[in-house]
This record gives sequence, structure tokens and C-alpha cells, in this order.
Amino acid sequence: MSALGELRSIGTKKVKGGSKAKTENKAAYLFLLPWFLGLGVITVGPMLASLYLSFTKYTLLSPPEFIGIDNFIRMIGDERLHNSLGVTFMYVFVSVPVQLGLALALAVVLNRGLSGLSFYRSVFYLPSLLGSSVAIAVLWKQVFGGQGLVNVLLGFFGIEGRGWISDPSTALSTLIILNVWTFGAPMVIFLAGLRQIPQMYLEAAEVDGATKWQRFFRVVLPLLTPIIFFNLVLQIIHAFQSFTQAFIISGGTGGPADSTLFYTLYLYNRGFANFDMGYAAAMAWFLLVIIGIFTAINFWASKYWVFYDD
Amino acid sequence: MTDTQTRTSAATEAILVSRRAVDPNWRKLAARRARGRSRPKALLKHALLIVTGLLMLYPVLWLVVSSLRPTDEIFRNPGLVISNLEFSNYTDGWTTLSSPFSVFLLNSVLVVLGCIVGNLVSCSMAAYAFARLNFSGKKWWFVIMLTTIMLPIHVIIVPQYILFSQLGWVNTFIPLILPKILATDAFFVFLMVQFIRGIPRELDEAARLDGCGHPRIFAQVILPLMVPALATTAIFTFIWTWNDFFSQLLYLTKPEMYTVPLALRAFMDATSSTSWGPLFAMSVVSLVPIFLVFLFGQRFLIAGISTTGGK
Repeated sequence: MSALGELRSIGTKKVKGGSKAKTENKAAYLFLLPWFLGLGVITVGPMLASLYLSFTKYTLLSPPEFIGIDNFIRMIGDERLHNSLGVTFMYVFVSVPVQLGLALALAVVLNRGLSGLSFYRSVFYLPSLLGSSVAIAVLWKQVFGGQGLVNVLLGFFGIEGRGWISDPSTALSTLIILNVWTFGAPMVIFLAGLRQIPQMYLEAAEVDGATKWQRFFRVVLPLLTPIIFFNLVLQIIHAFQSFTQAFIISGGTGGPADSTLFYTLYLYNRGFANFDMGYAAAMAWFLLVIIGIFTAINFWASKYWVFYDD
Repeated sequence: MTDTQTRTSAATEAILVSRRAVDPNWRKLAARRARGRSRPKALLKHALLIVTGLLMLYPVLWLVVSSLRPTDEIFRNPGLVISNLEFSNYTDGWTTLSSPFSVFLLNSVLVVLGCIVGNLVSCSMAAYAFARLNFSGKKWWFVIMLTTIMLPIHVIIVPQYILFSQLGWVNTFIPLILPKILATDAFFVFLMVQFIRGIPRELDEAARLDGCGHPRIFAQVILPLMVPALATTAIFTFIWTWNDFFSQLLYLTKPEMYTVPLALRAFMDATSSTSWGPLFAMSVVSLVPIFLVFLFGQRFLIAGISTTGGK
């Protein structure tokens, strides 16, 4: 079961308790000691500190100065921030559906008892491991550069290319392509999900005269919706936080003309290049709220399209 | 499987059996279908998959091939055939920055090892508690643990950076490794919880009857049985830490402390159009460990993301 499935079922499940529970508290807290420390010192503490800082002006040089909701008011009028949100939304809502669609399509093709499954799976999965590295971003910068690989290839067909990365209208697309390129990880998850569909259901549908397409759309797809949902939630959260590739390809600026200025990149620039820590903290909390809202929408909408077979 | 599900599948099975009895061709038909329809169609599928695979790997293969070519050829030759092997990119690239590339590799290895050990120890301990022990508030701690998987790092990074920099930990590996020692990679806790749940409880009970306390049950019964989950954790930690850029960018600012991703970035910023060859060569060097881990740890990677859906 996935982490999401776990969360879903927790509401309905009773956790065992009783007389034995007391005797194990000490042992449990000992085993959880590192985790509790981490939760306090690394996660929740900084989260709350970050919430406080978002109401302050803080440049690291002098102590934080409380300024109320000024940072948030500044955010409303910050054009670069609006632009960075637009860039991020575009990236998330184009690359994730395309990536998942491709992942699902290939998983379905691979699942049809084709020989060489594990070989293909490896080939398609490898980019997922490489995709977030600086090395691949370096490669992308060359491949989509003015004299890069793509333009050399286009040249063979007599097509005049352009500097895909230096042109503001196409720079973001190269990053979207990079994210789509890493469809292997969700594909493996889809494959695992497809394996769990009882063969019996498909046989029953076949005996009842369902065509290939009917079997896919009426049996396979509904049974796969929890996995699609899981992939969707995770990939959206993940894509909202993309940073490295845009940073490398734009040399840390989010250029050209802010066209690859991801929200996280702008946050980094405000906080760690301009040392505008209070503003960065406010931006970070706003990001958390955005991700929270989209995750909540996803969960709410899942009632209408996700089918749980239990 | 729930009760209703068992019943419906039993019913389906009964229907199937009766149909099979009626139609003698059923088995033959099903077998042919299972083989993937006709031969040309399967061939077409293979061709399509191979083309897609090649298309995906082509940029990476080209990177490797190009790193063995003179720089001016990189910008005109899209082919994958090397006419004259050229290793000078590697020797040049190794020494382009202020320290030789081996320094950055060593730094990355140290960070990665620290993170692996930290994750293995702390996450397995937490997982044991969540999977096997009863304690007050367990349900809610577990929910909190699962929620932190989805928490963006940005919401904690500003105060964390302030804290670590005031402790004088900038330009040390502590800010990168300490969070792992404190089990903040909840993803792995969850992965291990799932795994431990699959280990028969009778084994714990037997050990308990023999007088073992929880530390011994954990160390001598559970840990040896959860080696696959530990391997998955080690491998994912390796890849994620090796590729990690954001936190290393924040905490490591001195060139001699640079890890491989930071070195590559510095290399690229210093690169004029003439030294793409050495840059490509060092990019390849930085990908080799990932590729090796992928090659030898594939089984654990696939199992890991199949059960928990990591990336």
C-alpha cells in the first residue's frame, strides 16, 4: 500500500491498544528518539521559526524586526513573484500530465506479456535516476543551446533552429521536456499496479465479450485509478519544488527574461542571494499553502474518479 | 481481501468455470490471446519500444561519446561513432578547477556515506517502533510522519540555515548528514515499516519467550530479515544524495569543500565555449557512480518504488 493509501485507511482503522501498550512506551520512545529529535529540531522547530520570520524583516546582519504582514503585502505587489508562480504552474500542469500519460501508456504496453520486459523497464527507468543531476542539466544546456545537438540535427533537415534556452518563449519547454523524460519512475509504479489487477477480472470480461478497449477502459483503468491518483499527488508536489535544472540551465538567474524563474528559484534568490530572509520565509509558507491547496483539491476530486476495490 | 471481494471473486470464478466447460475452444483462445495476438503486431511493438528507448537514451549516449571527442567536434557531430578516441578531455577536466576532481569525488563520497549510515540506523529504529510497538499517540505520530514525506524543504530551510550557520557548521558536512541521523527522510521510515509488517510476528514472539528485549529482537531478529529494505534505502540515499544540489549549494561555499554537483556547476560557470569537452568528461565522471548503482542495485530500486512510489 502506498503512503497515501495508508493515510486514507488510517481514519477508519482502529489502532490496537490495551494493557500491553503501557509497558512498551519506554522502548518505543527510545527507538523513536532520533526521529523525535529530527521532528523537533530539523522539521517542526524550523517550520514554526519560519512562520515567525515571515512576519519580520531579517537580513542576518541585525536581529529580526517584527513588521506584521508587510512581507505578504509586498508579495501581492511583487510582479516577479507573480511571474514565477505562472512559470511554476505552467511547468507543473503541463509536464506532470504528459509525464504520467506517457508512463501509463508504456506501462500498459509493457504489461501485455511482451518478452524483454525487465530490459525495457530498465532502459525507461534510467533517466529518472539521472534526471535531477547537475550533469544532465549541463547536457541539456548544450543540447538545446544555439549550436547544440538539437539544432545540428534540425540542420540535416534544412531547418534553421534557434537558441532554445536563450529564447524566453522556449526556455521553459526545455525544462518541461526534461521532466517528461523522467517518466520511468511513475511507469514502474504503474507496472506494479497493473500486476496486481486480478487476471480473473480480465478473463471474466473477455468471456463476456468485452473488446480489448472495453477491457482497458472498463476494467483496467478503474482498478488503476488509486495508483494514478498516488502518482498525480506525488508528482505535482515534486514538480512544484523543482529547482536544480532551472538553476543550472539559467545560470542561477531564472532567465532569459525570468522565463525559467521557478518559484523555488526566486525564493532562493531572495533569501540566499539578497539575504532577504523574512521575505523568503513568507514565500516558503505561501508555497506550503499552495501545495497544500492543490493536494487538498486532489484528495477532494479523487472522490469522483478514484475507485477503491475494497 | 475483504469478505465481499472474496465472495464476488468466487462467483466470477464459478461463472468462468461453467463457461470453460461449455466452450472447448476457450483455453486455446485464451492462450493465443495471452501470447500477445499475432507475431507482426508483437514485432511492431518491440520496434516501437526500441525506438522510444533509443530516443530516450540517445542524449546520454551522445554525452558519453562526445566526452571522448575534441570540443569542436562536439558542436557538429551528432553521431554515436567515435573515429579517434581522445582522452585529453578527461585529463584536462580533472585539473581545471582549483582542486583536482578527486577532491570533489571524495567529498561527495563522504557526504553520501554519512547519509547512508544515518538513514539506515535512524530510519530502521523508527520503523521498528511504528511497525511493532504499541505506544500512546502512535496513530497520530504515524500520520505526522507520513505528512512530513510531502513537506517541501523550503519551508524549513531558512531557519535551518540560520541555525546551522550560527553553530558554525557552514562549510562542514554536518548540515547535510545530521538530518539523516535524525530520521527526517520519512520516506524510508515508511518503506521499512511496510517491510517489517510483512515479517511474521511469530518470530518476535519466539524471541521474546526466549527472554529477548526489544533491542535484541530489533538487532538480531528484525534487522537481519529486513536486509532488502535496508539495501533499497542505501541505494536510494546514495542516488538522491549524490544528485542533491540545493542543500549542498547552501551549505558548502568553499571550493575545497565542494561536492561533485557543486564542482560541475562551478566548472560550467567558468566554461567558455571551448571547454565543453572537459565539462562533458567530468559530467560523465559524475554519472558513473549512479550508473553503477543502477546496474547492481536495480532489483532493489524497482522493488522500492513499486511498493512506496518514490522517485
